[in-house]
Amino acid sequence: MFLLDPFFWEVVISGLLAGVMYALVALGFVLIFKASGIFNFAQGVLALFAALTLVGFQTGQVPFAHLLEAVLGIHYSHWGEGMSTVIALILSLCVMIGLAWLVVKVVLKPLVNQEGIILFMATIGLAFVLEGVGDLMWGANVKRLDVGLPEGPSDLLLDYTGMFIEKLEISAAVVAIILVILLMLFSQYTKMGRALRAVADDHQAALSVGISLETIWWVVWSISGLVALVAGVMWGAKSGVQFSLSLIALKALPVLMLGGFTSIPGAIIGGLMIGVGEKVFEFYIGPMIGGATENWFAYMLALVFLLFRPQGLFGEKIIERV
Amino acid sequence: MIYREAGQFKVSYQEDQETFPIRFDKVAFWLSIFIVAAVIPFFVNDYWEKSVFLPFFIYSIAAIGLNILTGYCGQVSLGTGGFMAVGAYTSYKLMTSFPGLDMFIVIVGSGLMTAAVGMLFGIPSLRIKGFYLAVATLAAQFFLVWLFNKWEWTYNYSATGQITAPQRDFLGIVVTGAYSKPWATYLFCFAFLFVFAWLARNLVRGHIGRSWMAIRDMDIAAEIIGVNPLKAKLSAFAISSFYIGIAGGLYFSVWLGAAEPTEAFSIDKSFDVLFMIIIGGLGSMIGSIIGAAFIVLLPVFFKTTLVGILGWPTDIAEFSQIILIGSLIIFFLIKEPHGIAALWRTLKEKLRLWPFPY
Amino acid sequence: MNDIDERSFTTPDGRTIGSEILSVKNITLKFGGVTALEDISFDIKEGEIRAIIGPNGAGKSSMLNVINGFYHPQQGEVWFRKKLRPPLKPYQIAYQGVARTFQNIALFKGMSTLDNIMTGRFTHMTSGIAAQAIWKGFAEREEIENREKVEQIIDFLEIQKIRRTEVGRLPYGLQKRVELGRALAAEPKLLLLDEPMAGMNVEEKEDMSRFVLDVNEEFGTTVALIEHDMGVVMDIADRVVVMDYGKKIGDGTPAEVRSSQIVIDAYLGVSHE
Repeated sequence: MFLLDPFFWEVVISGLLAGVMYALVALGFVLIFKASGIFNFAQGVLALFAALTLVGFQTGQVPFAHLLEAVLGIHYSHWGEGMSTVIALILSLCVMIGLAWLVVKVVLKPLVNQEGIILFMATIGLAFVLEGVGDLMWGANVKRLDVGLPEGPSDLLLDYTGMFIEKLEISAAVVAIILVILLMLFSQYTKMGRALRAVADDHQAALSVGISLETIWWVVWSISGLVALVAGVMWGAKSGVQFSLSLIALKALPVLMLGGFTSIPGAIIGGLMIGVGEKVFEFYIGPMIGGATENWFAYMLALVFLLFRPQGLFGEKIIERV
Repeated sequence: MIYREAGQFKVSYQEDQETFPIRFDKVAFWLSIFIVAAVIPFFVNDYWEKSVFLPFFIYSIAAIGLNILTGYCGQVSLGTGGFMAVGAYTSYKLMTSFPGLDMFIVIVGSGLMTAAVGMLFGIPSLRIKGFYLAVATLAAQFFLVWLFNKWEWTYNYSATGQITAPQRDFLGIVVTGAYSKPWATYLFCFAFLFVFAWLARNLVRGHIGRSWMAIRDMDIAAEIIGVNPLKAKLSAFAISSFYIGIAGGLYFSVWLGAAEPTEAFSIDKSFDVLFMIIIGGLGSMIGSIIGAAFIVLLPVFFKTTLVGILGWPTDIAEFSQIILIGSLIIFFLIKEPHGIAALWRTLKEKLRLWPFPY
Repeated sequence: MNDIDERSFTTPDGRTIGSEILSVKNITLKFGGVTALEDISFDIKEGEIRAIIGPNGAGKSSMLNVINGFYHPQQGEVWFRKKLRPPLKPYQIAYQGVARTFQNIALFKGMSTLDNIMTGRFTHMTSGIAAQAIWKGFAEREEIENREKVEQIIDFLEIQKIRRTEVGRLPYGLQKRVELGRALAAEPKLLLLDEPMAGMNVEEKEDMSRFVLDVNEEFGTTVALIEHDMGVVMDIADRVVVMDYGKKIGDGTPAEVRSSQIVIDAYLGVSHE
């Protein structure tokens, strides 16, 4: 039976690893949604932008080189050999933090009292702006991302179990797990973490004890920026840094539907379920209906969930009080 | 002194409810319609007709459809591309299965089919609020594109996977295929826009339109006055899908002539139409049309100025376009959620008082 | 408008009050561990003005929400016009002839005063989608008929000047008036008002009280209102229900209720054992 088929387990593990990646992106969403009630459509583009910036720093690219050349005729595409990966990572993180500040000042603050649908559409606009700026700054061609993570199939696993699992995916899973643990520790045990939870619970109450909404939003978006950077690096190392990275944001929606929009463990479990579900469905049922089902399976699964449990596995039940 | 607003008193509620209460507006409107309908089609050159007017008319219809759902009823949909595909493929199957069928029936049929498919996706998701419809419409978008790629019956088992519009006519005049004349395709699409815009305008000014807006503004209060939320949202979704289906049918059979699902009906299409209604004006008929004009003309404008005049490479023009549109979305949502249509109204108000500030 | 039966009587100022139009029997409503309403029973007679009073948190709004259909009580029955009412959705109850206003104003912020009040006519408008799309003919005539009714209400409430103003821009007192207009537009058999005078000054309260009385006198509409201002309650209510901590602690005419020791204790805050 299929449980003894090593192929099945390979598919499952591959799905779990992919699921971890989805969970990583979904995490960024949950953080922002919890703290500000905004569904940040731009989360995927943030990951793309972060990865582009990282590669740009690593390879010594001059930002906006193509634009400068076209408009001013300046030919200056590289300022040198690039920086070490560690410095590039730190600098990229700084860029994401600065970007978070900009977003809060320019987009979020003016829209502070608007309803969710307006904010959601604003983040769609933001996604487009970031995508265009990212392309303009670093170019739209596919880039290779190398942060020194081990690549190739895991020989250990191959020898012991006959399964073909990418080392890169394992590293991604490890990194993701570490990140999640760090985030949960931060949220439970630090002053800032407590403040974030307070804001997530009740904006007005948080304001009245002196927590500045703007600062909170900046912190949350910076953390999401960090998560986006990690996600961007992991995805980028796997499949190259390109536009399709931003479409992962769309996949996060079904993850959140399954896990609940406001739950961190939900994002993880939802991500894993989607990851495994996609791969297993495609492997077993895909061939019967033409393949390429990974494009839509996650959404259909989410739709089914909508019918029976709209708040997801761990989300809060929506109670309306009049 | 030319634009007289004063002195036009209404003596009946019927007059009070007119679409153009100011005489100047009414005259200007009908004059423009005359020019658009009777003058332009016979003087426009092929290029302008094909790359500006046809997409403008077709996208206006789609924008009106999406505005009904999102602008008037407050439900976000990201599935416009997929639903246009339903319209297109329904047209294709109708044209190829019933060769004698008049194009008017083909297009209306496409609209009806799309409305049915829309309801199918709408029923599970409209019972709950928030972003859930966005997810369901995303599901629809990706699933439908996949369906039209894989289900060979939809493209008549052709090896290329592409659908091509055969030559068909409307009341004897050829409107699809290589031998259709520009003025014929122009007038065909314009006629659809004119008629269906008028119908939509009627729908939004009566109690059905008000029930949609009530749902959008406060669905709990809407229930108090007797609105069944599911029925109202479903009706908005069905009618919206109908319009988008018509647009999809015209898009394929009259404008493109040939289509392949991943290129022509991708999620980019869904974003395009959404941006049209945000920039043009959520909850405004004229806004839908202005928004469509904007999004259709912008690439043309950028191409002629940035590439043609300034000599910039095309990819920079493309990126600049994306940045501009994204920024405009954010700008309009912050400053004026009712888009260009509302900016125009505010401008008129300011002009009324000018030179006084208030 | 309202049926009169044998058990009706005429008040000193000439209004006719009939038998029960609504009665709630043994209503218990719980949210998780919190009991909002506990075994409450009272009735509302046709044509009267019934006040529901009590300290904050007593469960008054929850009571209205049960009458409205927003909340379904775990126990108890609601009888409307002498018939047991099955669990219905709020919009179905609207069609039965129940209209309401809210404590925090539930107007449609994106629409004008006129449009808001027109929405109140929703249960009376029947033209379908096809008729609406064509407009000329049935749909237009229906719209004009209903517009005439709405204009009567606009005259009655003296809000002609703000007809076209977006309600979001109106001051609080006017918004409350528009909301009343929307409820009246439905020509309800039972009108539920949730703190209609909240946040008003003396003049505005007088105006609003006058409107409520006029509605009751001219149209015979039964009114149930939640109100904190004792002066208003004493002046306009025929009978009063007093609630505290989810229970009923008083039921009678304003004079009876005012002299009840239990009610006085509740308001003055004697400690509860």
